[in-house]
Amino acid sequence: MAKPKIATASLAGCFGCHMSLLDIDDRILTLVDLVDFDKSPVDDIKKFTGRCAVGLIEGGCCNEENVHNLQYFRENCDILISVGECAIMGGIPAMRNTIPLKECLDEAYLNGPTVYNPSGNIPGDKELPLILDKVYPCHEVVKMDYHLPGCPPSADLLWEALVALLENKPMDLPYEVIKYD
Amino acid sequence: MAENLEKAIREICELNGNDHTRMMDIVREVQQRFGRVSSEAMDFIADAVNSHRVEVESVVSFYSFLSEKQKGKFVIRLCNDVIDKMHGVDNVAQAFREELGIDFGESTPDGKFTLEWTACIGMCDQAPAALVNDKMITRLSTDSAREIIKSLKANGDENRLTHLLGDGNNANLLVNSMVNNNIREEGPVIFAKLDAGKALHKALAMSAVEVIKDVKTARLRGRGGAGFPTGMKWEFTRAAEGDEKVVICNADEGEPGTFKDRVVLTERPDLMFEGMTIAGYAIGAQTGVVYLRAEYAYLRAFLESVLADRRNNNLLGNNILGKEGFNFDIRIQMGAGAYICGEETALISSCEGLRGDPKNRPPFPAQKGYLANPTSVNNVETFCCVAQILDKGAGWFAEMGSTGSTGTKLLSISGDCTRPGVYELPFGILVGDMLEKAGAENPYAVQVGGPSGQLIGKADFQRTICYDDVATGGSVMIFNEDRNPLEIAHEFMEFFCEESCGYCTPCRAGNELIKERLEVIMKGEGTPEDLDYLEQLGKTVAVSSRCGLGQTSPNPVLSSLKNFRGEYEKLVKENKDGMQRTFDIHKALATGEELQGRKSVIYAD
Repeated sequence: MAKPKIATASLAGCFGCHMSLLDIDDRILTLVDLVDFDKSPVDDIKKFTGRCAVGLIEGGCCNEENVHNLQYFRENCDILISVGECAIMGGIPAMRNTIPLKECLDEAYLNGPTVYNPSGNIPGDKELPLILDKVYPCHEVVKMDYHLPGCPPSADLLWEALVALLENKPMDLPYEVIKYD
Repeated sequence: MAENLEKAIREICELNGNDHTRMMDIVREVQQRFGRVSSEAMDFIADAVNSHRVEVESVVSFYSFLSEKQKGKFVIRLCNDVIDKMHGVDNVAQAFREELGIDFGESTPDGKFTLEWTACIGMCDQAPAALVNDKMITRLSTDSAREIIKSLKANGDENRLTHLLGDGNNANLLVNSMVNNNIREEGPVIFAKLDAGKALHKALAMSAVEVIKDVKTARLRGRGGAGFPTGMKWEFTRAAEGDEKVVICNADEGEPGTFKDRVVLTERPDLMFEGMTIAGYAIGAQTGVVYLRAEYAYLRAFLESVLADRRNNNLLGNNILGKEGFNFDIRIQMGAGAYICGEETALISSCEGLRGDPKNRPPFPAQKGYLANPTSVNNVETFCCVAQILDKGAGWFAEMGSTGSTGTKLLSISGDCTRPGVYELPFGILVGDMLEKAGAENPYAVQVGGPSGQLIGKADFQRTICYDDVATGGSVMIFNEDRNPLEIAHEFMEFFCEESCGYCTPCRAGNELIKERLEVIMKGEGTPEDLDYLEQLGKTVAVSSRCGLGQTSPNPVLSSLKNFRGEYEKLVKENKDGMQRTFDIHKALATGEELQGRKSVIYAD
């Protein structure tokens, strides 16, 4: 039987959750025995090569590309997991949600004390994804099946969750793994 | 001006003994005299009563009848509960808007009028209703709304608004109100005649312990809704350590759809005060407090006169009815517009001159209540029952009603029925029989016990009204087949979101989340999973909230989900592709497209 496939993405996040995934250390060798990686920054595969069992999403949606990518994942993954604070609640990027978008962009590109912008334009090049009115957590855009909290979720939590999912067993969640202070 | 303000405030504080626990009376008086409690005024008050400014501000910002912002000379508070909406309050509101040229929450530029929405003011049997300052105006129409404004502009006096007075004591000069009692069925307990002092006389011939024993034998349970055995509460309070014990009467009838206490306060105040005095004797208290909701301020002068009469007849005061050493008196504490103050520990906070925050339990009020004294808080109706029990006997009372719920219950019935009003019915009556008495028209759903109670359907009309089956503090709202259970539940959720004191997260945030998800379902964007989500979240809010408000606020959604699940299921659709229908990419992108000066390529139409 072919190994199940896993895909990962970092949307409006800091890649910290991906770093945490790499923190599983030598267990990564076991992981490679258990699964194949499909679309992911880990292997730089850009397009899905086939249907995936699990999609791990880091970060929320701050622009149209995030939304598009997330919807692409939803279409191609059986189970989609919000990994970390930003995917689950928007996280640090969502701090802008309390400020109108125009004020944010004006401060960043026009009025900030260190800004040099003689054109007086807010960047609108078509290579740049358009920004959304606010940062959305993933589950407000597509249906998410599970949420793994943390900033980042610890390597142990990610490992336990993946193994439990792949082996179809209940997850072992000792207190230390979901304690955040 | 500042000097006048300071002088006036010093006077007001002086009148209240410069006592910070009388903060409610102080700020109410300032509000009434100046139309606001300004920032300056708060400083003066804090100084005069030797408190902190933040203490004053926390009170002013908490209650809806108090404000830092200037209010008009006439504050019109229009009731927007579900029953008033069914009776066309929206049209009345539009008439007010047009006549005054302002929206709700605004004041006219000349400072004469302020328009506000308010939660249930206890007039569901004569809706739509509004308060003009303290004056109650009932059965409003668009015409009468326009006339009210014209009259206020011409006469400048809200007392000249009412021409026809209501029945019974509503026509008493001290009440002078157009409110009608709408007593539809008189029973043997609340509405039976009892001469003032008769029951008290009998009680004083017994020992305090025997009085409590009588109340226990009658198996009297609290009429406010929770149904705690009254005798037990008194026993705890009596046994608690502390020399100064307190009896509080909860007349903060704020549960939407309840108006029975209004009628008791109007027609049977002597019975209530008698019950309170008996309670004072039973638990060994000297102090009685009636916490009267701000909306019923129009009854205050009348109630004070009844108290004065009782003092003159030695039914209050020192050595009552010649009983050496039994001293007891009652004062009226006015509220200032907060539903949460109907919760007993919040009510005690309010009596102490604080925000209406519920307190942690334990200690229970019976151990440490008002100003840390052992306190028994009972409902208006409960005290009336006590007086009758002491007069006519515990056995007489226990024979009425059902085994677990003895006696009769006052019900305030409103909504889609031909005979809205107050009914005194024996416990154990079938819901269906009650509906028939009220002349319900095609009843489809009945909200029993107010928003914090249950929304029941036809399948439950064979059940009985009592503590162990369909429990109610008195509110019964009838809805016919044209009404939508989801909209009813939504109305109530809006009410709870507004009235949550904000102290604990499950209630403050949880109720908002329930309301939001309910709105998603009502818009037709929900999925079957949303129903599970509502059930789970509702249970979480109920289990983890700090006081009765949050513990019951999910009830409208939970009970309508249980009893009207079909109505919900009609609206939800499976989400096959996993894309959330509530997310609108074009809406999310609109601002960005404008600011960044181009249209989306990925999401071109």
